[in-house]
Amino acid sequence: MNRRLLLAVPLVAAGAAGVGFWSMLNGMREGKFDPRGVPSMLIDKPMPDFTLAGFTAADVRAAGRPIVINFFASWCVPCIEEAPTLLALARAGVPLWGIAYKDKPAATDAFLTRHGNPFAKLARDEPGTVAIDWGVTGVPETYLIDKSGIVRWRFSGPMPEGAAQFLAEKLRA
Amino acid sequence: MIAELGHFALALAIAFAVAQAILPLWGAWRSEARLMRAAPALAIGQMVALAVSFGCLVLVSVNDDFSVQNIAENSHTLKPMLYKITGAWGSHEGSILFWCLILSLCGGAVALFGRPLPASLRARVIGVLGVTAFGFELFALLESNPFARLWPPPLNGRDMNPLLQDPGLAFHPPILYAGYVGFAIPFAFAVAALLEGRIDAAWGRWVRPWTLGAWCCLTGGIALGSWWSYYVLGWGGFWFWDPVENASLLPWLTGTALLHSAIVVEKREALKTWTVLLAIGTFALSLSGTFLVRSGILNSVHSFANDPARGVFILGLLALIIGGSLLIFALRAPTLGSSGLFAPVSREGALVLNNILLCSIAAVVMTGTIYPLFADLLLDQKISVGPPFFNATVLPLATPVFLAMSLGPTLSWKRAALGPAMIRLWWASVAALIVGLFATFGMKLLPALAMAAAAWMFFGALAEIVERIRLFRVSLANSFQRLIALPLSTFGTTLGHAGLGVTVAGIAGMSMATEQVVLMKPGESVALAGYEFRLVDVHDAKGSNYNARVATIVITEGGKPIVTLMPERRSFTTQTMTTTEAKISTNFVRDLYVVLGEERDGAAVMRLHDNPLAPWIWFGALIMALGGACSLADRRLRIAAPTRATARAAARA
Repeated sequence: MNRRLLLAVPLVAAGAAGVGFWSMLNGMREGKFDPRGVPSMLIDKPMPDFTLAGFTAADVRAAGRPIVINFFASWCVPCIEEAPTLLALARAGVPLWGIAYKDKPAATDAFLTRHGNPFAKLARDEPGTVAIDWGVTGVPETYLIDKSGIVRWRFSGPMPEGAAQFLAEKLRA
Repeated sequence: MIAELGHFALALAIAFAVAQAILPLWGAWRSEARLMRAAPALAIGQMVALAVSFGCLVLVSVNDDFSVQNIAENSHTLKPMLYKITGAWGSHEGSILFWCLILSLCGGAVALFGRPLPASLRARVIGVLGVTAFGFELFALLESNPFARLWPPPLNGRDMNPLLQDPGLAFHPPILYAGYVGFAIPFAFAVAALLEGRIDAAWGRWVRPWTLGAWCCLTGGIALGSWWSYYVLGWGGFWFWDPVENASLLPWLTGTALLHSAIVVEKREALKTWTVLLAIGTFALSLSGTFLVRSGILNSVHSFANDPARGVFILGLLALIIGGSLLIFALRAPTLGSSGLFAPVSREGALVLNNILLCSIAAVVMTGTIYPLFADLLLDQKISVGPPFFNATVLPLATPVFLAMSLGPTLSWKRAALGPAMIRLWWASVAALIVGLFATFGMKLLPALAMAAAAWMFFGALAEIVERIRLFRVSLANSFQRLIALPLSTFGTTLGHAGLGVTVAGIAGMSMATEQVVLMKPGESVALAGYEFRLVDVHDAKGSNYNARVATIVITEGGKPIVTLMPERRSFTTQTMTTTEAKISTNFVRDLYVVLGEERDGAAVMRLHDNPLAPWIWFGALIMALGGACSLADRRLRIAAPTRATARAAARA
């Protein structure tokens, strides 16, 4: 009997690993689990103050509702990939505000004309200093700011379908 | 049209795979000879269909058909022809199809060369390969179709990552995949044996050549990948304990263990259950490595288009293949009898020690690779496990392997004595001592010890041959005759073990490498490791799909010029990406390695390396693979012999 149990150990171990990987994949689809990213230090902290042409931190706090802020750039290929997802979110009524990161204004405008403009408000961070304060690791990067200006969620890289859904649900709640 | 033809051939291959998965297994279960005999034809049919499919993919790539999404995303009209062909397996979709092709080649090989096998065993092996092939081909067809069309087609493609446009890397994936997928055959043999409920010496004899073949390819593939990262990535290192590297090292470690435990099954009919588990585990590790890389779970320099949805499909596939085989193992392995008792100090004992140590190393490497993931998932902690962990844990486990390696082959089966074995190796230990003492002059303690271990392995491996040809104890002519008469497998063991010694020496030498990062203006010189590096100029150059800045560096030793190196920085126009082309001058004992970095104010950042013994790392791996091939050449001759003997015995009875 003992020998039987012993020989079932590999099966049990492989099964446990399988369950673990499955929940990782699920987490990745919803943006809750990110094996590659460094966690944002801003989660559950007030967003850093900033003043940009377009909008300021005060405007975000004054909105009176949760706001989604998306850092993007015209030169970034994953941003093109993310464009349809953002447009769908905007159409679903998610308040999206964009910050163009290290981008020439003309290039940003051309990008938004070509791939669609999902943003209710647009700010330009040409020197990229605001992005440094926020700890942006790369574009695109998306932040959810709640009513009182606290960062609640962040996604680094182009959001997959699941992450966008997760974000929409979070806003509804 | 060609793309559709390839797509159709892939679908046809799946149809063959379904039949191959069901008919032979059913036939073997019900003892239907006709169904069992259908197995080889089905396997060959599947192989031909997949060869046609893959041929179509290559053709589409060569024709620059950008209406095929896979080609549009990974190719470009300006891409050199070599990479248009090899690019067929460079992309995610193409590599999965290539994976399927090799798997079907395995099935075809068993069908063609497996004639001496008992009918039911052959049918079951081919059937298990059919199940595996079916899963992967279904994945290729549903989740990563390499022939998917793109409409409207773009004018030109997005081009391949310039880092991958390298001859070394062009041939790295096929060899590596042949290694990974080759372990499907021992896996299929293991599952088939569990289904048969019988494992004997003959089984061990059949499994070993396939394991050896896969092992040779995996060894070559890992070495080629490491060499590529050494000369292309320009970091001057050769192994980074990157998750993807670890994923290839794991099946190599367990595969090496399998190679050795299969000998015990063959010669002594012991360790049967363990060998079956190793065969399943090795293939499981090959598959999981691919899964972890493709799903994007592991963070790595080797990135394919990461997609969790694909990951879920592959995970389901793994659950079927690994879970299924381990379930069969749990149910059927208790019925396998074990026989062949042996004393702890014996050839078997040494091979068991080898297995324990290799599997411990594998366990440690696996822990270091996936622990961060599980810590993140379960404990919500971000940690990273890097080279210090692996160096600190692998080294103490590898040391006893090195020490025991030379001793093992000199022990006799069943029961042996350590004393005489040590005496036979006296001159290897003297050689190791001399090399170690000599090394302490130029090296720190640890590398010097590693050099001594390397010499012990190298000369210890030679000692086996010296002993068997009775060198200096009989006349040289007599020794030579004995040498010729030795079976090739003896040379296989010797080369395999000596090769590891050479690699370890290379790694020890590499740990003494020195480097310097300097800002140089043309005309300036820098001294490093007794050499003088003088920057002559930095000029522009143009390649087929890139522009380059080229530095001219003259290296002199004591005023005498030795070599002129011209490292480059290439800017690829189509992918707006810059790569560094390191240039290396080697004299087999040391590499002088030069990288050109950024330029500013008329000066260039240069990275200069002096890497002692670096080429030995890959040369040793080559010797190991060669040893495997040697042993394989011998095996094939001997495979037929026992069958003839049994046939004669049967005829007599």
